[in-house]
Amino acid sequence: MAQRTGEEAAGYRREDDPPYLYPDYVATRLRAPKKPLIILPRTLSDTTGPAYGRGLIGELDDDLTSQHSGEPLGERIIVTGRVLDGDGRPVRSSLVEIWQANASGRYTHEGDRHPAPLDPNFSGAGRCLTDGEGRYRFVTVKPGAYPWKNHDNAWRPAHIHFSLFGPAFRSRLITQMYFPGDPLLEHDPIFRSVRDRETRRCMISTFDLETTQPEWALGYRFDIVLGGRDAAPMENHR
Amino acid sequence: MSPGPTPSQTIGPFFHDALLDIDRSDLVSSDHPEAIKIQGTVYDGAGEIVPDAMVEIWQANRAGRYNHPADDREDLSLDEDFSGFGRTGTDAGGEFSFLTVKPGPVPGPDGRLQAPYVMVSVFARGLPKRLVTRIYFPDEEEANAVDAVLSSIDDQAFRRTLIARDESGALRFDIHLQGNKQTAFFGF
Ligand SMILES: [Fe+3]
Repeated sequence: MAQRTGEEAAGYRREDDPPYLYPDYVATRLRAPKKPLIILPRTLSDTTGPAYGRGLIGELDDDLTSQHSGEPLGERIIVTGRVLDGDGRPVRSSLVEIWQANASGRYTHEGDRHPAPLDPNFSGAGRCLTDGEGRYRFVTVKPGAYPWKNHDNAWRPAHIHFSLFGPAFRSRLITQMYFPGDPLLEHDPIFRSVRDRETRRCMISTFDLETTQPEWALGYRFDIVLGGRDAAPMENHR
Repeated sequence: MSPGPTPSQTIGPFFHDALLDIDRSDLVSSDHPEAIKIQGTVYDGAGEIVPDAMVEIWQANRAGRYNHPADDREDLSLDEDFSGFGRTGTDAGGEFSFLTVKPGPVPGPDGRLQAPYVMVSVFARGLPKRLVTRIYFPDEEEANAVDAVLSSIDDQAFRRTLIARDESGALRFDIHLQGNKQTAFFGF
């Protein structure tokens, strides 16, 4: 529990989030602040936030399988869900951005040195706005697992990175969506950096037969709840 | 019981093609009469540059009004073409920069005007959750001296990490994630 004490000293409040310092995730060791966080009072500066993304969504941005002349390799999937605020209300017309590796576990990013094939028909980036019910929907392929240099024989479980703005500066969130039943999850320090097991499970999508389209694509559901609720600012959520 | 918030996870190293596909480092055009440049370098706890961070800013306009429905102070003018949002990545040298205008002051929790500042989020590999800080302005000595948030920080040197410094026509705001020069970061 030494770590938890350290966090409390650092003014860490949102228990659901991972701590800044999680030594098993080696890159946190030199990047985690050590001095206490200063707790900000609630002001217009954080109850407002950018309405970013309206007007910059391209027609094919939510279909990562049709952004090139041919179809990407891999298992075609539909990923959908709702974005809700801390009070369970839908977050409407809000930007959702995703990025991911291809089916072989390789990003198009020039920094990715994993010797798995690039797919000329897959860039792995998408964006859309939530609808009137807070719903988003992407068509993509299931990303592959990939190795990283955190520790010996380290592999990231298959995941899709998600970026959300929500209604305010407070609600800004970048997270990762995982897939059910992935044996790599229990070995992944990034997933495990969220210490509470129940809370961790919020990052695992569920297979959804209703979203699944016959003869075409498997469906996964991933609902996202943003923090920074309006009604009870200082109340603990759990 | 409704589920708690979805936890944060690191942005990782490979976000550029998705998030920085559109350049948002200029909040105003370079011929804006009041344009200011804010630049800085991100460093880790060993003093090494961080070339793979993403820095976002959120600020009020010159009049001190946020371009958002929750800021309904209609006595203050709103610039439709000033969103108040910027986003950029650090380059190979760990540097970021924004072209913007200095925000007007916005009210604190007691309704009194605070010293002007820009809200900042820092995302990076190795940060399981964003870091939040504020850029205050060096030409606001009086307002900074009485600002409630700034004055709540007893350690003078720590407080000064929040104030940009003048550097040949631009403002410099370096961000030290860790170490004895660590920037002051905020929690909610
Ligand atoms: Fe990744």
